[in-house]
Amino acid sequence: MRYLLRRLGFLLFTGWAALSINFILPHLMPGDPAQVMIAKFQGRLNPQALKALSDAFGLTADKSLFVKYLEYWQRIFSGDLGFSLTYYPAKVTEVLADAIPWTIGLVGLGTIIAFTLGTLLGIISAWKRNSPLADILVPTALFFNSIPYFWLSLLMLYLLAYQLEWFPLGGGFDVFAIMGIWDKVGSIVYHAILPLTTIVITAMGGWLLTMRNNMMSVLADDYIIFARAKGLSDRRIKYKYAARNAILPSFTGFSMALGFVIGGSLLTEVVFSYPGLGYILYQSVISLDYPLMQAIFLFISLAVLLANFMADFIYAILDPRVKEGGE
Amino acid sequence: MKRRGDLLDISALKVVFYTYRGVIKALNGVELWMNRGERLGVVGETGCGKSVTAKSVMRLIEEPGKILSGRLLFEDKDLLQIQESDLRQIRGSEISMIFQEPNSSLNPVMSVGFQIAEVLAEKNKTKIKKQYPAVAEMLELVGLDAERVMTMYPHELSGGMAQRVMIAMGLAPKPKLLIADEPTSALDVTIQAQILELLDQLVREMGNAVLMISHDMGVVAEFCDKIMVMYAGNSVEYATTEKLFKNPRHPYTKGLLQAVPRIGRIEELKAIKGTVPDLVSPPPGCRFHKRCPHMTAVCQKEHPSFIQVEDDHYVACYLFGNEGGGGH
Repeated sequence: MRYLLRRLGFLLFTGWAALSINFILPHLMPGDPAQVMIAKFQGRLNPQALKALSDAFGLTADKSLFVKYLEYWQRIFSGDLGFSLTYYPAKVTEVLADAIPWTIGLVGLGTIIAFTLGTLLGIISAWKRNSPLADILVPTALFFNSIPYFWLSLLMLYLLAYQLEWFPLGGGFDVFAIMGIWDKVGSIVYHAILPLTTIVITAMGGWLLTMRNNMMSVLADDYIIFARAKGLSDRRIKYKYAARNAILPSFTGFSMALGFVIGGSLLTEVVFSYPGLGYILYQSVISLDYPLMQAIFLFISLAVLLANFMADFIYAILDPRVKEGGE
Repeated sequence: MKRRGDLLDISALKVVFYTYRGVIKALNGVELWMNRGERLGVVGETGCGKSVTAKSVMRLIEEPGKILSGRLLFEDKDLLQIQESDLRQIRGSEISMIFQEPNSSLNPVMSVGFQIAEVLAEKNKTKIKKQYPAVAEMLELVGLDAERVMTMYPHELSGGMAQRVMIAMGLAPKPKLLIADEPTSALDVTIQAQILELLDQLVREMGNAVLMISHDMGVVAEFCDKIMVMYAGNSVEYATTEKLFKNPRHPYTKGLLQAVPRIGRIEELKAIKGTVPDLVSPPPGCRFHKRCPHMTAVCQKEHPSFIQVEDDHYVACYLFGNEGGGGH
């Protein structure tokens, strides 16, 4: 219990720090958001309307930084994250709500598949470490792990979508067709195949190598040979003893990766024009859409912190050694 | 070949390890035998092959090691010939083992009770949970508070407690043979005596045979009926404890005994001259000849075979009318 309370305290503190930095950073950057706004609506709005807009965004320059900071917290707790400049007049929360399901579906699923496959193959390659299968798996994993994922995205897009026309060039689903629910699901799956494949291929190798390394070191431990001396079956030793203990370090990495899912797989989404958070983030950065940018960063930091906390929590269940140790 | 022990009879056992430095000839024709309920101590310096011998009995030699040849009779089965699946029926139920490092031999993420129950469930083909009463009984027997220790994890145990848990685990399936590989070396001296006494008492009650591996002459002298002395991967002398201490035959055994301090002995401790040979390229013939004060020409050519010099006393040395030819 004390362990968890300490982790919770840590979560609250880092959460506060992350959100504060999230507030300060845009204000330290050169370029005034209000000026960007004005430039954007140049000639289309009168000055009074612009003033009203910039008040609504909380961008008015004559307030002190501290007052703005307090207002920032007030807005966070009331769930009001302002209007997006790029997607005006949509609210930031609406833009996020549209994008989040796409990202969670694509990147979340990709991360889970990559972790599961990579870990299983890692177990196999360590268990049968002198077999031809292991000899092939390891260099292959290393190869795919070293490929930049955006480069693989571009390559797949060019070959499979542009040249061979097997897959669509981008987007989350076919926006022009009028479809029933099942056709829509089919279209979503069809559009997700290429980006999902690139994510799985490039992320899987890392999990495989990590698991293989952990597993090798666990297999050299005394309790593995002792388990054999106890007459346990190979299957039991492989999963209940070796893999069960070797997965612990991988598990922490996996929880972190799940946290980062919220950030989207930025370049993959950009390359495939996938309507997820990564794509929105990219849009908001190039158009200096501070309210949207801030909101996305806020979500990313919160997701990572929360994932970290959950990892600590579950780790304490999986490994009895962390409960007392703590420090 | 004549059968020498009705429980275990190992002959001409050869084990090698393939390393980047070359092939380590770890066991070079080991001879070892035991009768039911007997306690045999295997002694020798670090690296002489004691632990490898112990692990070989259950075929636990892992890559890069390999059992090359030999015969390993346990009761009426040659353990080197049977299937891995049949061997699993013997491991943990007919032969069990206690390791040197009790804490690291236990799985860190499983409770103590579960780990012991697992062995019994494996032997009796039942659900693990059904074995908890038997586990509790066994833990009480080794002097632990069963209710408390059952749910503890290995990192919560002291070295002495962990070794008691290991003994409980080793004896729970009532094995015919218990192999104890340096069971007290990692413990404090006071705890050592307690553990040894506990083991002595339990084994006496349950009637298990014990193969005790140790580099500590004192421990073996106190605990064992018979002693096997090993040197550089060979069995060099076998005798009852009494005969070995009163009348050691092999020059290496004599040297070993002179190097052990004894209360009331005035003369200086004598170390054996020279060092243990490198087992990648061991000397030809008797592996001890370079350090031996009685070395003759024949010692450098062929390894002496293990011959009987009197009842329950065997030596591998040319000083005792040896014909040679016991392993190469």
